[in-house]
Amino acid sequence: MIKFYAHKTLQTADGKLPLDVSFSVEKGQFITIYGNSGAGKTTILRILAGLTDTEKSLIEVEGECWNNTDKKIILPIQKRSVGFVFQDYALFPNLTVRENLEFALQKGNDKNIVNELLELMELQSLQNSKPQHLSGGQKQRVALARAIVRKPKILLLDEPLSALDDEMRFKLQDYILKAHQQYQLTTILVSHHLPEIFKLSTHVILLDKGKILKEGTPSFVFSEEKISSKFKLTGEIIAIEKSDVIYIVSVLSGSNIIKVIATEDEIMELKVGVKVLVASKAFNPMIQKIS
Amino acid sequence: MIDLEPLWLTAKLALITTIILLVVSVPLCYWLAYSKFKFKSVVEAIVSLPLVLPPSVLGFYLLVAFSPQNAFGEFLDQYFDIRLVFTFEGLIVASVIYSLPFMVHPIQAGLKNLPASLREASFTLGKSKFTTLIKILLPNIKSSILTGIVLTFAHTVGEFGVVLMIGGSIPDETRVASISIYDEVQAMNYDAANLYAGILFVFTFLILLGVYLINNTFSKANPLNND
Repeated sequence: MIKFYAHKTLQTADGKLPLDVSFSVEKGQFITIYGNSGAGKTTILRILAGLTDTEKSLIEVEGECWNNTDKKIILPIQKRSVGFVFQDYALFPNLTVRENLEFALQKGNDKNIVNELLELMELQSLQNSKPQHLSGGQKQRVALARAIVRKPKILLLDEPLSALDDEMRFKLQDYILKAHQQYQLTTILVSHHLPEIFKLSTHVILLDKGKILKEGTPSFVFSEEKISSKFKLTGEIIAIEKSDVIYIVSVLSGSNIIKVIATEDEIMELKVGVKVLVASKAFNPMIQKIS
Repeated sequence: MIDLEPLWLTAKLALITTIILLVVSVPLCYWLAYSKFKFKSVVEAIVSLPLVLPPSVLGFYLLVAFSPQNAFGEFLDQYFDIRLVFTFEGLIVASVIYSLPFMVHPIQAGLKNLPASLREASFTLGKSKFTTLIKILLPNIKSSILTGIVLTFAHTVGEFGVVLMIGGSIPDETRVASISIYDEVQAMNYDAANLYAGILFVFTFLILLGVYLINNTFSKANPLNND
């Protein structure tokens, strides 16, 4: 169980913005923090890891106090059991893949975990390469493996897949899920990517201008009302064509293009580039804008 | 045949100065690169002073400070039996102060240019500041460290004003190569002056050439430049 409360004044491009956030996470949950850029998502991860200080904060992880500004308790970064995957991967250029992982070992740790993770992430053939010779997806897997070596209580992922193409993304989502399940981690992900959020997370926190707007399951957070449905897909509109009295909306979901018929009323809110949820009730698919 | 002692003395002075500065500068640079101390700019300005001050000004104040007639010099003399005026030890202390920015600036810039996430990643992996510095930060700024070492060495070889003020020209003690050139010219021995000057000229050119050659291969192999 993680209890998190933090207050901090952020300096953004539009001036000062108070970040004031409080939430709790059950052990083993996969949480996504979603929101516009500048909403404070990354700052929350950094506060949790101890990389950013706060004006006021209270953080408790499995009964252990990490931050308590009232009592002036700030646990040093090194003593927090977190794995942090940075947006730029932050692999050490002077060390090989294997050495990057071994660097994370603590005294008395079982060295087998390095082999185990190299195997889980399918990195054995690359273990003696330096990071600069790896592709984006490979670097990402090394960063993920390195973050798990210490078997942290919390895995923090800061938009880890944003620089990758869709195909690589899907593959890496599987690696993340595999690691999350195998090591029984509590994972907090920052992501902009709706299909990713629906695939990975059990719980979503919707953040806007430093405040939590809404939280719950992905479908609760991203759809206006609960829809009972056989299937749901999220995607982005890439074209709207008029055909007689109806409209044909092309939605890109993952690498598939889905054509959905919509009436003039339904089309009112939609335009190219809008993120939508395509759901099928009994038999007619319906399309809806998501906030 | 010229006396080789001044050349040997110059090399010894430059080597000892460089080693001391390397040891002193690494922690100082770490502090300068990452500290959020309010008056850090004051420290930075002091470190850079020898770049712009005439060497004679620095030499003059050091001479005054180290003189046994004054408080600091007397203190050193009485309690530690150290005399820094007109001695080789005095030259070392003066050179360390005079060449400080040449070691500090490249290393400080190297540390600042590293992505912050490297240091943060090491911390989140449970590593102390010291381990992070030794195993992650320094190995990734090798070319900056090399630049600092060579510039310091070459700059100490080229010292004149400070050495003259604080050391004078005592044979086998403070008469380094640059002073010898001056002495020989004063004595109208242009051949000897020419020889000393030529040796210094070729030597400093060769070390600078070496640095640029090595640094160019470093930056080709430097992963941080490839992204």
